[in-house]
Amino acid sequence: MSEATAPKAVEAPLTFLDDRLGSTTFFKRNMKKVFPDHWSFMLGEIALYSFIILLLTGTFLTLWFKPSMMEVVYDGSYTKLQGVKMSEAYASTLHISFDVRGGLLMRQIHHWSAILFMASILAHMLRVFFTGAYRKPRELNWLIGIGMFTLGMLEGLFGYSLPDDLLSGTGLRITQGVAESIPVVGTYIYMFLFGGEFPGQDIVPRLYMLHILLIPGLLLGMVTAHMMIMWVQKHTAMPVKNQTEQKVYGYPFYPVFMAKTGAYFLFVFGICALFGAFVQINPIWLFGPYDPGAISSGSQPDWYMGVLEGALRIMPNWEVSAWGHTVSFNVLIPALVPLGIVFGGAAAWPFIEQWVTGDKRHHHVNTRPRNAPVRTATGIAAVTFYGLLWLAGANDVLADKFHVSLFATTWFFRVTFFVGPFLAFVITKRICLGLQRKDADVIGHGVESGVIMMSPDGRFSERHENARDEEKVVILSKENTRPEAPARDAAGIPAPGTKGPIGHLRSRLNRAWTFDDIPVEEHEHEHGEQAEIEGGATSHEVKH
Amino acid sequence: MSDDNKETTGRSGPGEDGRRERVIGTPSPAREKALLAEDDISAPAGVGEQLDEASMKRAERIVATFFLIAFAASVGFIAYFIGWSGRDGGMHGVTRTRESNFWLGGLMALSFLALAIGVTIWVRRLMTSKPIVQERHEMAADEETKAAFTEDFLEGAQDSGITKRPLLRRTLLLAAAPLGLAPLVLLRDLGPLPEKRLRHTYWAEAVEKAKSEGKKGVRLVVDGTNKPLKVSDFASPGSMITVLPEGIEEEVPEDQVLTQNAKAVTILLNIPADQFKPAKGRENWHINGIVAYSKVCTHVGCPAALYEQTTHHILCPCHQSTFDATEAAKVIFGPAARPLPQLPLAVEDGYIVATSDYHEPVGPSFWERG
Repeated sequence: MSEATAPKAVEAPLTFLDDRLGSTTFFKRNMKKVFPDHWSFMLGEIALYSFIILLLTGTFLTLWFKPSMMEVVYDGSYTKLQGVKMSEAYASTLHISFDVRGGLLMRQIHHWSAILFMASILAHMLRVFFTGAYRKPRELNWLIGIGMFTLGMLEGLFGYSLPDDLLSGTGLRITQGVAESIPVVGTYIYMFLFGGEFPGQDIVPRLYMLHILLIPGLLLGMVTAHMMIMWVQKHTAMPVKNQTEQKVYGYPFYPVFMAKTGAYFLFVFGICALFGAFVQINPIWLFGPYDPGAISSGSQPDWYMGVLEGALRIMPNWEVSAWGHTVSFNVLIPALVPLGIVFGGAAAWPFIEQWVTGDKRHHHVNTRPRNAPVRTATGIAAVTFYGLLWLAGANDVLADKFHVSLFATTWFFRVTFFVGPFLAFVITKRICLGLQRKDADVIGHGVESGVIMMSPDGRFSERHENARDEEKVVILSKENTRPEAPARDAAGIPAPGTKGPIGHLRSRLNRAWTFDDIPVEEHEHEHGEQAEIEGGATSHEVKH
Repeated sequence: MSDDNKETTGRSGPGEDGRRERVIGTPSPAREKALLAEDDISAPAGVGEQLDEASMKRAERIVATFFLIAFAASVGFIAYFIGWSGRDGGMHGVTRTRESNFWLGGLMALSFLALAIGVTIWVRRLMTSKPIVQERHEMAADEETKAAFTEDFLEGAQDSGITKRPLLRRTLLLAAAPLGLAPLVLLRDLGPLPEKRLRHTYWAEAVEKAKSEGKKGVRLVVDGTNKPLKVSDFASPGSMITVLPEGIEEEVPEDQVLTQNAKAVTILLNIPADQFKPAKGRENWHINGIVAYSKVCTHVGCPAALYEQTTHHILCPCHQSTFDATEAAKVIFGPAARPLPQLPLAVEDGYIVATSDYHEPVGPSFWERG
């Protein structure tokens, strides 16, 4: 090794950097960094790469976009709008689409990758949640991730509001109405955000600054922190053979992971380009310029805003006026509560779980969802909650497509909003426990071999064999919960930490977390039963 | 689960002899034998250490072909851009935009995807790779380091004197506090204070002006054409039209037209007189069933623009608040809490006029609304 010399083209710059930064130590240490392998670990990468695509295409768009609400008369090459009064923002977006070569392509790639960005963050978060990858020491990255998704929602909303077309103006109008409903300071926030009354002339330039500078800057910082933390802590691994809490098993960063992830970036960009080329998105020229008195039916926001839209739609019309003041619960509650529950709950979850389970250890090997039934069930309940609100955001479309009454769809969502998550929780938990039982069965009795045996006395039975080693490792990755020490010992003295209402609550929750756990473990003495079933089977087949 | 195993086991070495692999379904004895022979599971990344030269050559050619396709697509992208997209003076218009979008986007996608596929095949079929194992390290510093740090930290605090001199500490904090507030103060000029501006619309100014000229009220003009509306023009029951106060286009400064429009925009409906039930105190606000409501939804402000002629329901397409046009636009479904404000109408010289502003603030509710 030591005699090997790298090519001069590589050696020279490396030496230059090393002499000044001592960088070779860093490269040496990290070049062979191990990355464990699993398809679901690539979901986060999609988010990262679509963010890069957003930066690239967004920069292109800023070269022509004019963030101005000055009224101009359109005189471009889209003949149907010639002579129409519109804002400069809208006119310049038409210009990008119809007069800048590749402009429409960049716009469409930008929009598609924004949708992909948010979708992949969500998928990545679900993977992290259901495998327990957020547990200590990774809570910080979990919080950063939630922060990025929230910022991404704002970034997306502000971004699609910029062209100042009819659809985006309607979105801004709703934003304004929501801001106005905030008690005490609502009208001030509204005036300060819009620089006066809606729509005014300031909102597009202000959103532009937020969209291209402030929020992407924050996101970039958070992405960097997210990656660095992941790098330092090393990636979690799936609970499979060769993976342990102490050692990580996988492929080296250089060259394999680097090449794979590079190819992955190209795939993401390629797919976005394919969509940008062949699937139309946000054809603002069909919507027309913004006019506060006009609207089209079936107005839908981008998907990640759908949950807010749905909450606004199904909320009953509660409003309170008293002592000269008005509080619009019909706007406030849907704007704050559902996302507050989902994001606030997600942010608090790792800490709540630690508190309930008392598990303060580091976890580097993920859990299979079935082995944490309460967590998995809560996750599915949250998915149901979010999903129902999201669907409710399209209740007019659903009513139209399925030929049901619009009011019926609203009532459907009003009811399922409460019932759905509860049902999802119960059903998911049962499924998890059923799967645990099956795992216990596989370990205890083996798997069906498909071989029918006949015993000397004529009984037929199917031979069960030990599961494959790989499969056993996966199944046995389950950590059986041990019942906590009773809240009171034999002498009736309460255990520390179970005192008071908080301690009591903790004990109750802890019990709920663990009480129906199915132990999955290998027993050395299982052979008796096995051998009996198999009658005169050759017992060496099933030895451990 | 077995796929997961394959992903991470890599070259896990041959299974112990005599062990049967679990299989799905009922395999024939022959297949069972074949499974026994499968002692290696192909690695997901790289082919492992042993490479068959002939198949590598083949893989190399395939990868090179994909790279060539990517090259050709990129060259095609540039060639199309320079040579064709700009012909006859540029893109201009829908047809040429579509064409150039398909070519540029298609070639770009082809280039990226071919490159991606090439690299993937390279990784999977040509890269020598072995799974490796690394230690995971404890994140926390050891006790010794922690103790040393604490010592240094306390020593530094001691040296700086911040612990010894509370006056310094407190005045420093005092000095820092307003510095944090200063940026907030700077944001004051983002917009005007709300004052009373949400309480009236341009109808007020327009009516006042008309009355000062000795008229009964301001004429309604049709949104878009800007023509004043006569009662006879709007005679057929069941129709709906969007109107604005006369003069809003001409007399409002150009940069405020949209803003004034956004509040003043009004729908005019012709309800069959027998179905119309005017609210108390508003008996003379309509003209034989011709009635005007604010178009700004009282929920979050979308235009309540859909009108169902048979039921006389006004529906806001954003969140489906539904108002009954025959009964002072009261809410019959959806999240809106208040009826749409009604505009008092009258007839003057055959024209429909508004005799005053809305008697309540239009649009979404707000704290000071009362």
